[in-house]
Amino acid sequence: MSEVNSRVLIIEDEADIRRFVRMALESEGLEAFEADSVKRGLIEAGTRRPQLVILDLGLPDGDGVDFVRELRTWSACPVIILSARSSEADKIAALDAGADDYLVKPFGAGELMARVRAQLRRHTQQTADGDSTIRFGEVCIDLVHRLVERGGQTVHLTPIEYRLLTHLVAQPNRVVTHKQLLKVVWGPGHTEDSHYVRVHLANLRKKIEADASMPKHIITEAGIGYRFVPDA
Amino acid sequence: MPDQRPDPDQLLDRLNAEEARAKRGKLKIFFGASAGVGKTYAMLGVARQQFLDNVDVVIGVVETHGRMETEVMADGLERLPLREIAYRDHILKEFDLDAALARKPGIILMDELAHSNAQGSRHPKRWQDIEELLAAGIDVYTTVNVQHLETLNDIVSGITGIRVWETVPDRVFDKADEVVVVDLPPDELLERLRQGKVYLPEQAEQATRNFFRKGNLLALRELALRRTADRVDGEMQAYRSLSSQTSAAAVWRNRESLLACVGSGEHGEKIVRACARLAAQLGVSWHAVHVESPTRRETNERRRQGMLRVLKLAQDLGATSIELSAPAIAPALVRYAREHNLSRLLVGRSEHGWHWPWRRSLGEAIEAEADDLDVLRIALPARMPTKDSGDDKAIVRPQVRWTGYAAAIVACSLTAVLATPLLGVLELTNIVMLFLLAVVGVALTFGRGPAVFAAFVGVGLFDFFFVPPRFSFAVSDVQYLVTFAVMLVVALVVGQLTAGLKIQVEAVTERERRVSGLYEMSRDLSAALIVEQVAEIATRFLEVEFAFRTAVLIADEQDQLKVMPGATTEVDIGVAQWSFEHGEPAGRGTDTLPASKCLVLPLKATMRLRGVIAIEPKETGLLGREQRRVLDTCASLMAISIERIHYFDVAQKSTLQIESERLRNSLLSAISHDLRNPLASLVGFADTLQMTSPPPTPQQQELVAAMRNSAMRMNALVVNLLEMARLESGAVQLNRQWQPLEEVVGSAVAASAALLDGHPFKVRLAPDLPLVHLDAVLIERVLVNLLENASKYTPPATPIEIEAHADSENVLLSVNDRGPGLPSGREEAMFEKFARGKSESATPGVGLGLAICRAIMQAHGGTIRGVTRSGGGASFILTLPRGEPPSDDGGMSPVVDAISELEK
Repeated sequence: MSEVNSRVLIIEDEADIRRFVRMALESEGLEAFEADSVKRGLIEAGTRRPQLVILDLGLPDGDGVDFVRELRTWSACPVIILSARSSEADKIAALDAGADDYLVKPFGAGELMARVRAQLRRHTQQTADGDSTIRFGEVCIDLVHRLVERGGQTVHLTPIEYRLLTHLVAQPNRVVTHKQLLKVVWGPGHTEDSHYVRVHLANLRKKIEADASMPKHIITEAGIGYRFVPDA
Repeated sequence: MPDQRPDPDQLLDRLNAEEARAKRGKLKIFFGASAGVGKTYAMLGVARQQFLDNVDVVIGVVETHGRMETEVMADGLERLPLREIAYRDHILKEFDLDAALARKPGIILMDELAHSNAQGSRHPKRWQDIEELLAAGIDVYTTVNVQHLETLNDIVSGITGIRVWETVPDRVFDKADEVVVVDLPPDELLERLRQGKVYLPEQAEQATRNFFRKGNLLALRELALRRTADRVDGEMQAYRSLSSQTSAAAVWRNRESLLACVGSGEHGEKIVRACARLAAQLGVSWHAVHVESPTRRETNERRRQGMLRVLKLAQDLGATSIELSAPAIAPALVRYAREHNLSRLLVGRSEHGWHWPWRRSLGEAIEAEADDLDVLRIALPARMPTKDSGDDKAIVRPQVRWTGYAAAIVACSLTAVLATPLLGVLELTNIVMLFLLAVVGVALTFGRGPAVFAAFVGVGLFDFFFVPPRFSFAVSDVQYLVTFAVMLVVALVVGQLTAGLKIQVEAVTERERRVSGLYEMSRDLSAALIVEQVAEIATRFLEVEFAFRTAVLIADEQDQLKVMPGATTEVDIGVAQWSFEHGEPAGRGTDTLPASKCLVLPLKATMRLRGVIAIEPKETGLLGREQRRVLDTCASLMAISIERIHYFDVAQKSTLQIESERLRNSLLSAISHDLRNPLASLVGFADTLQMTSPPPTPQQQELVAAMRNSAMRMNALVVNLLEMARLESGAVQLNRQWQPLEEVVGSAVAASAALLDGHPFKVRLAPDLPLVHLDAVLIERVLVNLLENASKYTPPATPIEIEAHADSENVLLSVNDRGPGLPSGREEAMFEKFARGKSESATPGVGLGLAICRAIMQAHGGTIRGVTRSGGGASFILTLPRGEPPSDDGGMSPVVDAISELEK
């Protein structure tokens, strides 16, 4: 790993989970800090300046969503959420508030570390990269000329599809909710018409993906939104 | 204009009425002036035409009277068999209503609308049978002659001198969807008659003499044509009011409503018929009112029945009929008219008979009371001798009357005897007082007649015994004549008033007793906690109050009527069932099954019918208005109580349910939290264990992996159990969105990617799939479960595929495999909880997966079923309703257009 000494903050009230997450992180050479409540978490985040936060949604003194909102006022560091399976609404709220990814309990250490690595990589890439073309799979996007090619053939996208694609591609490995996409592409007045996104994204997939019903790059997070995966 | 706007209520009423009309069958009446004009023939002609156009036409009843040409017309049409009814020693053949309802033809022919059914039929009249047929949505063709229309009945009998007893209420005629006049000039009719085409020759001769005189026929023809013209006019008006929709007309109409002031018997009927005719011509509603006053109290049962018949006739003719009780007739009528906004009052005008010059007729009294009301006087013929007037008197003067008159004589004589010794002591004027006292006494005890009698006897005795010269009727001093006159008048007035007061007091006491009885009953009912108690309270009330015998039948959950314990009469279940199904009174005194000994009233509560009460009155004959009112009140009180008890039960049950649900939900979330966290740690620790350095030995690694797998399986189990519990408790709120199916399929496939390893996998989605309204998370869960099953129960390397297409109503999605297929005969049972293909299987799982799938599909209004595919393997087919996807996909969003403009 290139990011030696990256600092990760774990906010979780269950001591056992905290411990195993810490162990997993440390085994990869990351520095881990722990907090067991929203209040402690904010203090730790302010003092330790972590590169990544792993956050449990159900905390004894408040909601994880509040933490994300507070954090986002002064930090852009990626946030991964840990949550139970059935609480889609909480996940969406946290993602809308600015969290980047989520994991459903119970999760394996391998799964966790893959997400952690992806988020850290994205963060460093964003700051370093200045290239105007993006490539993934067979697809090449030329941001300057607004050209999209797949396997060397020009793909014709509608303005909506192009905006959807560039918005997703700009945030690799990040979960983007329907609401966020609606707001960016259609404007704040249409945040309830989630079928807009779905219809146009389905069309986009047909043009970008090899098999639209088994997508490799624009992955559906059921009931939540989409995730762009550059290369499998 | 703002006030021209249609009233929404009115519009709604009209819509409702139109809807009801659309469901109802259509009534077509072939209308003629007299028998023999060819109505039946015309009806059969039209029916034949319909039959040739492939309409399902059936003959219910057709009277051909042996006429050949009519018989020929009826040939080839299906005839419903008639029902045989044994009546005395004849067998009568009657129309079979139930068979017709069961056969449910498109059109049924019912000749002779005015026909009266034989006793024992469901309805006394054929037109009532027809009403039921229409209500069942069957079109009816029927025939009727002008003289059978109720309001024209007496006019026709006046013209022809022959009275027909079979009549049809005008509203049946007026409400008919179509009336076809079958007209034949009188000369041609007479010619047909001579040719024997109407009646068989021997009857024809007699008929011509009696009825078929040219003058009669002309008059009847005119009546028929005019009546039809009136109807057409009515249709025109209905159309006009429909198109112009002025609400002012309704108000104006209302103001012009009529009030028929009726007495009993023949005169009452005449007024009622006249009023009905007038109301029909003016197109207004009308009321018929009888006022029961102390001076007019119908003490005689026969007269009372006559009065009830008049009111019933009025009701049949479409009036709101009511019986009022008041001390004086005219003010009561005026008050009623004002309250109900009736501006014209119809009263009878007697041509004959003598009355006191100072006594005003009813019309004059009303005019004096209210000069803003119009009074229409209907000429009444001299009292027609009626069948019942003969034995009137026998009952009018019961035994008690004679004792009253005897007592009057005794009282006066006693006064005379007692006063004789006082003659010297008292002035003659005071002796007069003593006689007056006697008259008051008689009036109080024996009523009006004896009081009048006592007044005269008293004057006579006073003259004979006290006025000089005594012991003779001669009078020496003329001024005593004044004494006599005043004494007589005073005695008469006092007697009248006292007697009236007495009757009124009796009436009031009677009513008061009933009201308090009702009050007590309602108090008892409010304390009743079970339905049986309600039945018992009502039975007791009717027993005590009226000495009626009753039976209460309550509907259970399957709408089956059950007789409550404590019934004191046998109830005909057929009548009860009819009343319950139609929500109307049936049995004795009604139009339905009047031969039954019981009157059956439905127990109509606000939400639905709760049952019926059957009442067997003690006496024969019709029940009085007031009795009916009390009975209706009793029935509705019962219905309310039963409903209250029902909702009390429902409320109790739902409180219990809410409580247990709350408990379950908090339990569920606690379990879900408490079980997941340790499992999450367990999985995490197992993973971390494998990452430790130095790395664990292969054997240790194997153990750790097994530990992790167990923990994950445990988690899957917990998730399934919790999900099932949540779905079952109804705690799951669907988050339905319109979305393309491939998205859900894609995420499900991605989630099961690890499981599908080793199976060739294919997704085949039809290109034209619509958006589907579903909860992506839950449907993904269904697909994941199905894919998991497919991989679990099929050998490795067998293909698995997902296929989807849409038909006109549903979107069908199936998960197919080429495994062993489904255990035959258990395709349904698999979806039960804890069900598995084989009860003892090495494959892990508790068999909740499919149960969860079904619960989710049901929540979406869809279905899931499993079939064994031809060629081997199983197929699980999901159906989701298509619904109406939003047409707007945001493709033309202004924001995007603006942005793309900018970006160019």
